[in-house]
Formats: sequence, structure tokens, C-alpha cells
Amino acid sequence: MADALKSKIADVFDEPACGTNRGKSEHQRKKGCAKPLTPGAAAGGCAFDGAKIALQPIVDVAHLVHAPLACEGNGWDNRGAASSGSELYRTGFTTDLTELDIVMGHGEKKLFRAIREVIERHHPPAVFVYSTCVPALIGDDIDAVCKAAAQKFGTPCIPVNAPGYEGSKNLGNKLAGEALLDHVIGTIEPEDSTPYDVNIIGDYNLSGELWQVKPLLDRLGIRILGSITGDARYRQVAMAHRAKVTMLVCSKALITLARKLEERHGIPFFEGSFYGITDTSEALRTLCRTLVERGADAELLDRCEALIAEEEARIWDALAPYRPKVAGRKVLLYTGGHKSWSVVAALQELGMEVIGTSVRKATEEDKERVTEIMQTDAHMFDNMAPKDMYRLLKDAGADVLMSGGRSQFVALKAKVPWVDVNQEKHEPYAGYMGMLDLVRAIDRAVNNPMWADLRSPAPWDEPLPDFGTYVPPLRGTCPVTHASTEGAGTSPTRAATARSEAPAENGLTGFASSQTDFEDC
Amino acid sequence: MARITHPKRALSTNPLKSSAPLGAALAYLGIEGAVPLFHGSQGCTAFAMVHLVRHFKEAVPLQTTAMNEVSTILGGAEQIEEAIENLRKKSNPRFIGIASTALTETRGEDVVGELKEILGRRTDFAGTAVVYASTPDFAGGLEDGWAKAVEAIVDSLVPAIDPVFRKSDPRQVNLLCGSYLTPAEVEELVRMIRAFGLEPIVLPDISTSLDGHVSENWSGTSLGGTRLADIERMVESAFTLAVGESMRRAAKLIEDRAFVPYRVFHSVTGLKPVDAIVRTLMELAAQNDAPPSIKRDRARLVDAALDAHFHIGGLKVALGADPDLLFALSNCLAGLGAEIVTAVTTTTANPVAGRVPAAEVLVGDLGDFETSAASNGAQMLVTHAHGRHAAHNLHLPLLRAGFPIFDRLGAQDICRVGYRGTRAFLYEVANIAQAQHHRASPTDFGAAPIPEEFDHVPQIATH
Repeated sequence: MADALKSKIADVFDEPACGTNRGKSEHQRKKGCAKPLTPGAAAGGCAFDGAKIALQPIVDVAHLVHAPLACEGNGWDNRGAASSGSELYRTGFTTDLTELDIVMGHGEKKLFRAIREVIERHHPPAVFVYSTCVPALIGDDIDAVCKAAAQKFGTPCIPVNAPGYEGSKNLGNKLAGEALLDHVIGTIEPEDSTPYDVNIIGDYNLSGELWQVKPLLDRLGIRILGSITGDARYRQVAMAHRAKVTMLVCSKALITLARKLEERHGIPFFEGSFYGITDTSEALRTLCRTLVERGADAELLDRCEALIAEEEARIWDALAPYRPKVAGRKVLLYTGGHKSWSVVAALQELGMEVIGTSVRKATEEDKERVTEIMQTDAHMFDNMAPKDMYRLLKDAGADVLMSGGRSQFVALKAKVPWVDVNQEKHEPYAGYMGMLDLVRAIDRAVNNPMWADLRSPAPWDEPLPDFGTYVPPLRGTCPVTHASTEGAGTSPTRAATARSEAPAENGLTGFASSQTDFEDC
Repeated sequence: MARITHPKRALSTNPLKSSAPLGAALAYLGIEGAVPLFHGSQGCTAFAMVHLVRHFKEAVPLQTTAMNEVSTILGGAEQIEEAIENLRKKSNPRFIGIASTALTETRGEDVVGELKEILGRRTDFAGTAVVYASTPDFAGGLEDGWAKAVEAIVDSLVPAIDPVFRKSDPRQVNLLCGSYLTPAEVEELVRMIRAFGLEPIVLPDISTSLDGHVSENWSGTSLGGTRLADIERMVESAFTLAVGESMRRAAKLIEDRAFVPYRVFHSVTGLKPVDAIVRTLMELAAQNDAPPSIKRDRARLVDAALDAHFHIGGLKVALGADPDLLFALSNCLAGLGAEIVTAVTTTTANPVAGRVPAAEVLVGDLGDFETSAASNGAQMLVTHAHGRHAAHNLHLPLLRAGFPIFDRLGAQDICRVGYRGTRAFLYEVANIAQAQHHRASPTDFGAAPIPEEFDHVPQIATH
């Protein structure tokens, strides 16, 4: 590992703003928060995956993956980050390293040429270059290539150093944040900056979630200056240092980025969530309060309260007809991170019973919130093996599973409704209006008449009533197996009878062409 | 004969290829009680798994040796051993198929040697067959990985036989399935073989494991597939039918081991290719006739071709796929007069690419595919689901074929082989061609439009 990357990883793991990290001993802290992976029992993406997830929503740049085929070939265009403009971010660019490139050490040259080609063809505002395991292993210096290319072509080339084998998705998120800090944020000054400029970090606008929240901000006159990185333009990210406040939306992964924005540019940050009604209101309040502290007109607070009152009243009205449809249903939640409590709160608001929530990837603070909201820690669990989850669902321990795509089939194969609440989902559930979409999705899932049909017995699971009619047994032997079917036809369900075989027409032994189709025997 | 060309560029735009380890994993999933294991970093597995899950809409067992930087440099034998141990504890698979990745291959591990040592020492692993295929991501694509995995399975599990004492069952045949065959297609081939009174051993058999069914219990391994005992019995077969040129080496390997003669079918789509396999089945069944169901299917295909050729004849088609599939589909369409204006493939390992009925076969990506389809005036695109970008940009219909198909349901049920599958395929193509609604107007032919003065102008009541 390059020393620079090594110290970067040590740096992002030693996060003073992170509660978990603060709670550790000096020795533990040195080890970082990466858990060693167990061969044969590991799941989840790598650091490169995490970096790509965090940066790909920047819609107008070219994302160029320096790798052999699998890293981009198996993974491009597989997420639902929505764009209101350029579609360039959806295009898969890779150097597709071949054996020859690797053996001959052509990696860096190929990367340089690829950068040139992508700039000449698409003229993006910037090129994000991702390093992966193989180039890192053979020592390709993507920083140097990016620097040279940026100088030569006059387009910023951002090296994202997060080879997969360095660690998990979470580490990749962090390293992506570092790349933005080192190479993007602060490189462009906005034409004008207002007291109502905010950064939103950690929302990737999956299926348009950011747009469910944006109308609220629009009405308050709040401008998303730096979006990191939902529906973001490159220039937006580059100007993020001029925002007045940062809201950290998802997970702890990008907390380092938020903290460093505070340290370097004096932008205070807070953690909030747009999942659920109370959380959305809380987030808006904090946002406005901090803006006022930083120089916005105090009347913003009043407008904020008025907006919250209006929106809350409206959404509760809209939800009312759905409450009886979902109230009392038992939910098993398998998400993690801050969703382990924010979704719980949202579901409880609807009168649903949360029988368990996974606290994987959740911090101590997250866990405290779960305990606070559920008034007991009995329903928290860490990981659940698919087998156990299947049992639990099959035994009707829950009416619906809400989780990410990985456990989708555990629920479906147990014939239990499933609602997608992770990043691959196709519906946005953020803000006030998102709550309505979520409840509709739950209603659609749990109250679908299909479940009763699917769970009902198959025709052969119950004996037929005795009709008292006689159906003669099948006669003759099966032409394939030559097994006699005499006496096998006692079942009255078989109405078809095999015709007797035609005699062999030619002298070929052991085979007789028959008028009947063999497979029907 | 097509000219094979490689575009001169460093940048690959919108990959057409899926990786070789993914192909190997797919082949391993056609073995009963299997868990494929990638020897690489956990991301290699995660990407492949998501890809497979999106295509099949099924939980896919796929595991990783979870290589990190240190184990990559020092060698991953211990990781493999630990992975096998953990997998056996967790899901007790009967079969573990290991596929290497670019990461471990760049370092250059002697996995074959290491594995031999591990399995020799760890006698407690005896209940699980472990097979290894070298499938670096930087060489070839899905089809190559699949082929290598099948060769590895044959190499490890098909015993060598003394020809003198060879037990042979004249009614048993081996069916080696190429990577592009869907579960429904494997099923159709099996149906045809059975119709001749022959009993096939299918390798790999994804028709029972990835066909999409709900079983009574949760399993951490594949839900069906070729039984290990059946793989051993392949030596007793009278013949090996290999579908796809990429299966030739595996078929040859069985012949070397057990003196089972083989024949490779480059395609089983289209009248003549299916005729060829039916004729072979007639030989194997030693009869001068085909079962009535097969005859009827053929008659119906002939009729379908008669109806469809009006739409397919002259149709300009752009095709992008792994070589075997590219050949099968292009050959069938060209057989009905379609013009293959663009043919893009993924790998040069398969010589069948040179037989594609097009002037040129590009070894490239969907970026090349889109550019070429546009400049050659293609009327229809045929490739996997990622072709939707090209379809959108060029305003052309897309027929989804190959892997992955993540934006349509029932990818496992698509059947374009045999007389029946070909018939469905011809209808599919003809219907897409027909759906491109075009109303002729005088200007299309250079005629002046009808003068406006002839047009009736309705009187609008003003009172």
C-alpha cells in the first residue's frame, strides 16, 4: 500500500466526531474500525464499491474505473441515483485492463489515453478516476496520471484511491469523501453566496428522494449549494465550502467529510434524517436554527414552524385512511445504521408493531435511540442468518419484512411480503410525502390478496372426495422405462390412458417408433 | 466469414462483457448442492452476486475468500482453507466451485497445488467436492469463465476409464450446455432428447437450480442442478452433445477420459441447426424416424418461418453478445434474410466469432455497438439489458438476449432453441419489426401531398 493511502486510511478511521471511535481505547482506535472479514462468510461490497456509490451521483462528470473488467463490467448502471440533468454518470467507463496491459505494465499509459478519449468525446467538467485492486497491486500511480492529465487537457482529473481489498464499503465512502476534500471542494467560488446556502451530505437521491425534500427547502428559500452527492453537478460540489451549514443525512461514513468542512471552512454540521414525519420536522428545525445562528434572518424560524405545522397536518390527513390497513401489523426490520431507529419511529407513527430491528452498522448512539424509541433493547439484533430469518418469517413471526435487496428472497421464498427500504429501491420514501409512499408500499405488500392464494394448499395436498366413479387403470408398459403401469392407475386423477404400442416397423432392435409421445408416459 | 477487428482505443465505454469468474459461478450453480467461491476480494463477489440476483430474481449463494491486501501479497491458501471450512459449517455444500479473480491471478498463485495440499491434509473435507478454475477477470468474459468451470468440473469429477472394461449405456447421452442457454432452453433440449427415448446427463444443469421456483425450505446452496453421482456416470454415456463451440474442450476432455465420442453444435436455433441435432438424435436412437411431437414442431417452425420472413427479410439488425450466442442468433436471423449490420462480441477465444454472417465482428463494448448500429442504419438492436442506453439514444427497439437481463421478468424462461424455441424467436423478432409503426405518406415516395384545397374544412358554428 502506498504510504499516502495508508496514512489516509488511518486518518479516516480515527474520527474524533464519531461516538464509537471516542468510546474506544487508544489501542483499539489504532486498529481502526475495519472488521476483519471471514473467508466463506463475508458479504457486502468492497472499498471501491463504497467510493463509487458515494461519488457516482455526481451526474455530469465521467466516472472512469481503472480496472480489469469485473469492477465496472459487473457493476455499472446498477443503482437508482436519479439525475435531473446529465446522464453521463450512468455511462460505464473503464480501462478494461487486459492480461497484456498488466504484464507489460501498460496500465498508467492506458489510463492516460483513456482520460484523453473520455474528455475529447464527452467534454465533462471533470473526470473521476477510480483505482482498484489490480492497478494498486502492480503499483499504477493514478495520482500522478491524474495530475499529468489535468495539466495536459485542462479538465480536473480526480484520483479516487479506494482499491477494493483495502476494506469495506464504509471505508470506500470515507475515502471518497477524502477525495472530494483534497481535490474538489473549494476549487470553485460561487458567484454569489447567501445566508440560506446549505450542504446536504450523504443523500444520493436514490429514486429521487432528495426531490421529495427539496420542495420544503425551496419554500423556505433554502438553497442546496453543496449536494454530496445526490443529483449533484460538479460545480456544486466544488462550491460546497461556501455553505452556511451542513446536514449529514446518511450513516457515519461521511462524518469525516462533515467534520473537516467544519474545521477547514467553519461550516457547522448536524446529523439528521428525512425518514419519518418527526425526523423530517426535526431536521428542518435544526437546519433553520443553525442558519439563523449563522446570520440568516430570524423570521426563517417562524416560516419553518408554519411550514412544519402545515405539512404535518396534511400528511397525517393523507395517512389516516391507511392507518387501519397497516396498524397492528408486525414488521421485521433489517436495515442498519441510522435507519435502525429512523424507520422504527416512522412505522410506530403508523401504529405498526416493530418486532425486531437490526443494528448492524449502527453506532452506540443509534442503538441508544432504538432503545429509547422502542423502550427496550430486547428487539435489537445484529446479524441474522438467512436460514433463521426464513424460519422466523415462515413461522409467521412477522407480517412483513422491510430490508435491502439481499434478504428480499428470504422473505419472498417464505411467502411473506417484503418492502424494499435500501438503496436499490425503486420508490422514494423521504420527507413528508415519502411517508405516504412508504405506507402505500406497505399496504400494497401486506394486503395483496395474492398471499392468501399462495399460502393455500396445492391441489394434491388434500385428498379428493370419493366420487364413486370408476376410472380404469393405465395399461401397457411405458415405452421409455419399460416399467409396467399395471395397477399403477388406481388413482382416479389420471384420466388419460396410454394407447397400446405400435409394433416395430423396422428391424432395429430395442426401439419402436410409437404414435404416442414418449414424454406423456 | 467475418473479419475480426479490435477497435483501437484505451477507453471502454459501457461494457458488453460480464466477467469470467461470474461465468464460472453460473456454471457451478448448475451443480446440485453447490456454492461457488470467488478467490478474491469481497467486492468481486458482491458485484457478481448483485448481477446474478438482478438477472434471475433469486437468492444466489456465492461466497468469497475475502482477500485483503496482506493475504493477497503473502498468498491466499489459508483463506481458501478457512473459506471451505466456514462454508461446510454454515451450509454444508456437496460441491464448492472456486473461481480465481484478477486480484489473485495478478499475484499468480498456484491454487491447484495449494488446493491439492489442503484437500490431502484436511480429510474432514472429504464430503465436499472442491473444483478450481482459473478465471482471471482480465482474460475473456462470461462465456470463457463458464467454459473453464465446466472443463474444471469434468477434469476433477469425471474419472478416467480403461476402454476395455468400459461400461456403456447406449441410451444415455451427455449434454454439455454452453453459457448462453437459459434454464428453459436446457429444458427444451432435454425434452427433445427424451423424445427419442434417450436419457441425458446435463452438465451444467441450471434448468433445475435457476429456473425460479419456491422450495419447501431455505437452502444456502444451489437448489438443483446436475447430481455429482451423475457426473461420474458420464463415462458410461454413448455420446456427448456439446452446445456451443465453447463447450468443445470439455467434450474433448470427456472423450479423452472415457472414450465417449462427441459432436459440437454451434447453434441449436434455426431450422437447419435444429435439423442437425435432430438427425444426430435419430442416429443415437438408431431409428429412421422422429417422434410425432418433434415432427409437428418442425412443421410449425416451417410455417412460422413462412409467416415471419416477410418481416425479417432485409431487416437490419445490430447484435452484441458472447461469441456462441452471437453466432446462434445471427445465423438464425441471417437464415431468414436479415442483414447483420453490426456484430459486437466480447472475446477472441472462441473461433465461432469468425463464422458470424456479418462483414465484420468487433471485439468491443456497447459503446462500439451503439456507434456502429447508428452508422450502419440498424433497425433493431439485440443485446443484453444494458443495451437500453443505446436503444434510448438511437430510438430503436431492443430485443433482450444474453446476460444480464435485469429490467424484464422471466429471463430464465426465454427459449430460443429447438424447433419450438426458434418459432417463438422468429415471432418475437417479426413482432418487434411490425411494432415499429410507420404510416406511408406521399412524400416518402417523392410525390407531392394532396393539395389543401381538396380538404374539407368543417364549418364552426358561431351562433
